[in-house]
Amino acid sequence: MAKADNFGFGEEAALLKESARKFFTDNFPTDALHALVATDPSPERMSDCAWERDLWQQLVDLGWSMLAVPESAGGVGMPLVAVAGLVEELGRAAFPCPLLGTLNATYVLIACGDGGQAALEEIAAGQAATLAITNHQGDWNVSQTEVSCEDGKLSGSAWFVQDARKTDRLLVSARSPAGLSLYWVATDAPGVSIHADAILDLTRDQAHISFDAVEAEEVTNNALAALEQAMPAIWIILAADIVGAAEWQLQTTVEYASARQQFDHPLGFFQAVKHPLVDVMVQIDQSKSLVYGAACSVDMEPARALQDAHMAKASASETAAFASGRSIQCHGGIGFTWECFVHLYFKRQKHSQMLWGDAGWHRRRLADILIGEVA
Amino acid sequence: MSDDARKDTQEQADFRQYCRGWLADNRPPEPTVRLPLSPLEIMTTEQLCYLQDWQQSAYDAGLVGCDYPQEVGGGGCKDCQRVANEEMLRARTPFFPNVIGLGMAAPTVFYHGQEELKQNLLPRLFSGEDIWCQGFSEPGAGSDLANVQTFAERKGDKWVINGHKVWTSLAHFAEWMILLLRTDKSHKYDGLSYFVVPIRAALGDGVTVRPLIKMTGETGFNEVIFDNLEVDDSYRLDELGKGWQVAMTTLLHERGAGELQTPRAGGMKSKATHTTNTANLIELARNSVRDGEPASADPLLRDRIVQQVIREQGLALNQQRARVPALLDHPMRVQLQNKLLMTEISQDTAALALEIEGASASLYLGDDNAPVGGQWPMAYMNSYGMTIAAGTSEVQRNILGERVLGLAKSK
Repeated sequence: MAKADNFGFGEEAALLKESARKFFTDNFPTDALHALVATDPSPERMSDCAWERDLWQQLVDLGWSMLAVPESAGGVGMPLVAVAGLVEELGRAAFPCPLLGTLNATYVLIACGDGGQAALEEIAAGQAATLAITNHQGDWNVSQTEVSCEDGKLSGSAWFVQDARKTDRLLVSARSPAGLSLYWVATDAPGVSIHADAILDLTRDQAHISFDAVEAEEVTNNALAALEQAMPAIWIILAADIVGAAEWQLQTTVEYASARQQFDHPLGFFQAVKHPLVDVMVQIDQSKSLVYGAACSVDMEPARALQDAHMAKASASETAAFASGRSIQCHGGIGFTWECFVHLYFKRQKHSQMLWGDAGWHRRRLADILIGEVA
Repeated sequence: MSDDARKDTQEQADFRQYCRGWLADNRPPEPTVRLPLSPLEIMTTEQLCYLQDWQQSAYDAGLVGCDYPQEVGGGGCKDCQRVANEEMLRARTPFFPNVIGLGMAAPTVFYHGQEELKQNLLPRLFSGEDIWCQGFSEPGAGSDLANVQTFAERKGDKWVINGHKVWTSLAHFAEWMILLLRTDKSHKYDGLSYFVVPIRAALGDGVTVRPLIKMTGETGFNEVIFDNLEVDDSYRLDELGKGWQVAMTTLLHERGAGELQTPRAGGMKSKATHTTNTANLIELARNSVRDGEPASADPLLRDRIVQQVIREQGLALNQQRARVPALLDHPMRVQLQNKLLMTEISQDTAALALEIEGASASLYLGDDNAPVGGQWPMAYMNSYGMTIAAGTSEVQRNILGERVLGLAKSK
């Protein structure tokens, strides 16, 4: 299928993005974020799981957590390009919530075919979910898991589980006699223990989860195929989140560079400040175009989805690092303090940068696709 | 149906079919001389004549100036130049020699010239019969363009021009020049005026053209000295003191952000097409050897190639996104990045190509063993022309910082 000139980003998608921007600006300005998550500066603190459950519920009521769920399962069935627009705005607000995990689970469940139907219906009914598919080494290769399943019971541990303490359901990959399978598990099921990680990012929570003979419902016995099919969408929405957060970093830093005076001029007068900020903008725009281009590929030209999604996340990971570095540096001394808001985004971006593969991880795979594998 | 054709209006669809038919029957003959990489490197009259013949025939067929009104020699169509350009690219025709005329002089004369002047000048500009050049930069006015000192002094209904222009591409072949000069020394911007000047007719009599040789060894650009050249007041564009505004029309079109689409042919299967994009970089890596293996197996080179591919794809998608208002925070933000990105990406791609070539990167055009005829070292050197001309990368960053981000204007 030929790709659309506008990435398939139509009126509905534009409206969704606009209302998301307004929702977060009205309900969750950055000072509210800071007041919510930046309560304890001590470096050894155990991570809180600070979030606005009521706001999340509003988001669910708006249908945003079930945007990607097909209409046949009671969802909205929006294309990825529209979902990316929403997630970009969520990233701009750095809103702590289980949306990304829920979307990730949605894309994997869709790839599971009939077996995913019941779980998708639960997401359409407002349940939040997240993926539990990573080993303790943080291997982003989807075939790795330290959970196994025997006689329908899960044992072992899953690591680097995102927003685990905000979710109702887990989509767990485990070795079973049939191979690698996926299971749908309630977070409060007997035998599930959530161990919170102490993480840098104040806007997310992360955990490792142990399973002790947990009764689980099998979704598919071909987890590899489902995960591989869903990964491009998962990388793209995280890249969209990064792009949105980077826009916040740019805008905030530009405002500071316009207000702050030194040597009788605003900082932005000096090209040593102006040019790096332009470079941040240029880098953001590259990533943004790659995100919407890749989302369009997933929606309309699946043969290109893998390669374009690698490009989007590789580029976005670089953008996360670059925009974060410049945002702190250009704020000068104040940018290095706890009271200034920029560290919240710096930390969120550091987390996003490595999550589901950093730039090098994606580029290495791209090289194999574009140049050919080395024997 | 091709990608280009999908959104055609009826007029465009008919015109596309016409172009395709004409191009199928009227491919120019193979050149007997080696063609330069771009119109700005035309060195010999043989090269020029071949390319002028091609532009003339394309103009006669209606593929040049399509969107200009018929009264000024155009085709009177609506948004058809883009179609002609796409079809000429597809047919891999040679390029047009009169690039400065088509891309910069034509829209400027069209928007700011008197009716009679347009009717006199534009048809021969479109046909390529009159080559045009641009007199903007001076020894003391590069990035600070408004500092031009070339001066025109009024003498009845004539002007007497004295001054020194540099980096004047194609001046050695040009009949006409678009000329930014000063008519008032007391105001930097409002003291500027804009003329079109028949320089060829005045060679040796008020105008001297001296070739400059580029670091690549090619010629193509020049210095132009004005020594009491008299021109008629009817050659002035727009009002006295409005030169800067007129120059903005020129620069906007030069950077591809103007109202009128520039007629552009190209994609000759010359050696030129072996450089500048990353598909060629991958090919080059496969054909180069490093540590006894194809360079395409070297992990560090692979990563850097992929980085270039990503940037190139990002640029292409930027151009697509520039037409989707819902995905733009600022209407000019993505468009104004084009020149900066395009030139810096090509530069880095060429630099990487030289690293892939390894020892062979030392071999230049005259060496039979040079990979791809020595085009990559030349492309690398020429890339600096691109990051400097038409507003240096530094000036582009100022424009972006000030006009898009709203940062304080730098001195």
